[in-house]
Amino acid sequence: MYTQAMDIPDESGKKLAAVPPAHSEQEAAFEARIDADGRIEPQDWMPEAYRKTLVRQISQHAHSEIIGMLPEGNWISRAPSLKRKAILIAKVQDEGGHGLYLYSAAETLGTSRDEMLEGLHSGKAKYSSIFNYPTLSWADVGVIGWLVDGAAIMNQVPLCRCSYGPYSRAMIRVCKEESFHQRQGYEALLVMMKGTEEQKAMVQDAVNRWWWKCLAMFGPPDADSPHSAQGMRWGIKRVSNDELRQKFIDATVVQARVLGVTLPDPDLKWNEARGHHDYGQIDWQEFWNTVEGNGPCNKERLSTRVKAHEDGQWVRDAAQAYASKQKERASKEAA
Amino acid sequence: MSKAPVDYLLQLADNAVVLGQRNAEWCGHGPILEEDIALANVSLDLIGQARLLYQLAAARIGGDATEDKLAYFRDPAEFRNYTLVELPNHGALVGYAAADMDYATTIVRNFLYSALMALQWEALANSADEELAAIAAKSLKETRYHLHHAADWVVRFGDGTEESHRRAQAALDHLYRYTEEFWTPSATEDAAVAAGVAVDVRSLRAGWDALLAETLADATLVRPEVRGYVPEGKHGLHSEHLSYLLGEMQSLARAHPGATW
Amino acid sequence: MNTPALKDWPLWEVFVRSKQGLEHKHCGSLHAADAAQALHMARDVYTRRQEGVSIWVVPSSQITASNPDDKGELFDPASDKIYRHPTFYEIPDEVGHM
Repeated sequence: MYTQAMDIPDESGKKLAAVPPAHSEQEAAFEARIDADGRIEPQDWMPEAYRKTLVRQISQHAHSEIIGMLPEGNWISRAPSLKRKAILIAKVQDEGGHGLYLYSAAETLGTSRDEMLEGLHSGKAKYSSIFNYPTLSWADVGVIGWLVDGAAIMNQVPLCRCSYGPYSRAMIRVCKEESFHQRQGYEALLVMMKGTEEQKAMVQDAVNRWWWKCLAMFGPPDADSPHSAQGMRWGIKRVSNDELRQKFIDATVVQARVLGVTLPDPDLKWNEARGHHDYGQIDWQEFWNTVEGNGPCNKERLSTRVKAHEDGQWVRDAAQAYASKQKERASKEAA
Repeated sequence: MSKAPVDYLLQLADNAVVLGQRNAEWCGHGPILEEDIALANVSLDLIGQARLLYQLAAARIGGDATEDKLAYFRDPAEFRNYTLVELPNHGALVGYAAADMDYATTIVRNFLYSALMALQWEALANSADEELAAIAAKSLKETRYHLHHAADWVVRFGDGTEESHRRAQAALDHLYRYTEEFWTPSATEDAAVAAGVAVDVRSLRAGWDALLAETLADATLVRPEVRGYVPEGKHGLHSEHLSYLLGEMQSLARAHPGATW
Repeated sequence: MNTPALKDWPLWEVFVRSKQGLEHKHCGSLHAADAAQALHMARDVYTRRQEGVSIWVVPSSQITASNPDDKGELFDPASDKIYRHPTFYEIPDEVGHM
């Protein structure tokens, strides 16, 4: 169940679950369940570090979905046909839905959506860096679907088997809806590549701008990835950054060929011995700059979210004030 | 089969696409995630309605007419939507003034419009134009939901906090006079009535008044007096705002005439 | 950021019946000011792809869950009652389906 409120009914038990003593028996049971590929549910005992890691990971994921509405939302008003406009609204809306499913999953760990939003708005919490780059043409919308969503799916499918029940269930839902976003983006690009010279140039330009950022999306190389090992041990990360990146590259090469675009990496070539494609050097300096808040759009993205939230305050207050009045009226009538 | 005049279909379609465009401005910027998603659904319904109507109009125009030619390659003066639906999502300001979006304006506008269209689609669902009747039957279900959604918020705003009441009343004061346009039939609407495919809009007024009276009473909002100005959007005489809206909406399509997307 | 976001908007659990004749199934949660609004929002959030024909919403705070520590005494006693399952009873083949 997706809420921390559905905790065990006993008040003392609740406290016990919230502040676990370093109980080796509990710990052993937890570890055994993880090892047996079982699921941990909200009411179950779990180590504090596991809880914290999950809240961090799930809320980051949720924030990414919400911030991710902005770059593509940038083209809703200018979508070049009514069909594409409807597709794009529905897609951006889906991302909002995914954010909501994920916030719900994280709330089962005892952290409210409020607290998570607070983390985002104050800049403490991170979100996927890819959304700090601008969408400069309509082709960016297609390329985000094809490459960014494609990379996201690679990342997310393994999480459907994650050890934390609510997260894995949310991810199953997300992946079901997300799986066709990539097809949608790719199809939009196919149509453009059959179009005018300007349309083709637009697609190639967008691919040039997004390719390397997508590769960086899988995170730093395994050797430099601080949280990975523990995440793997706990079954909240299933496949390593480098493995996923390689899988993504291998899958994308064929898709790019069919589409008729060039991936902007002179070192990209098939390595018979490895059975994989070799690829060039990712600019990690740029990646870290952007993660640390110094990318092209970090400030715009964040302040836009903060503004929407603050501007919405009176709306949320109104709904709540009305609900309280109605409740009061009902109880007066009953009395 | 009787057929609705093309201009009549365009009026219905233009209303839907312009309001759909306005509602979509909230996508990613809504007051709360749940509501962001809800309003996107309203936009999607409206754009869906516009597409069906433009497709029907294009089929009847024939030649190389398409839904997108009608949506993207007609100028503001050719659009036949009510002035109400093209107004920005904020209070009364000139077209080039920058202003914050105001959710009360959006909701009150959706309420005024969907109250009319719930009645209008209900009537058109019985139109002698069977193709239009089919679109109306589908749109009716959607519009009833939009009306429900908007009326629910109008009541919450009106009977919510002091600030929400003030904002809702201000939005109503700003927008209400634009509804005067609903009740003066255009030549196109007269032609549609004469062809037996539409009802006289004036016959819907009592029902609309009743819908408003009920919701505004629950919301403790006061219906403003109107006199003087009657907008003429459906004659192609718009506010300053439509050319901005269409300028943005049509920019990419017009930069690549003949391209397929 | 001193404005509370949803502090007063309670959490609701959403159950959706996917088609006539099936049971309502838990599908997630959302925030809403009251039950009427929770139903509306559940429709928009959880049935965008025709996932449902009926929705229930329940305040999350109203659900009482069993204690995981009691799992043993609650559920294990049922595990040896094999005579509750049809496969326990052997019926001659010539009887056919029963």
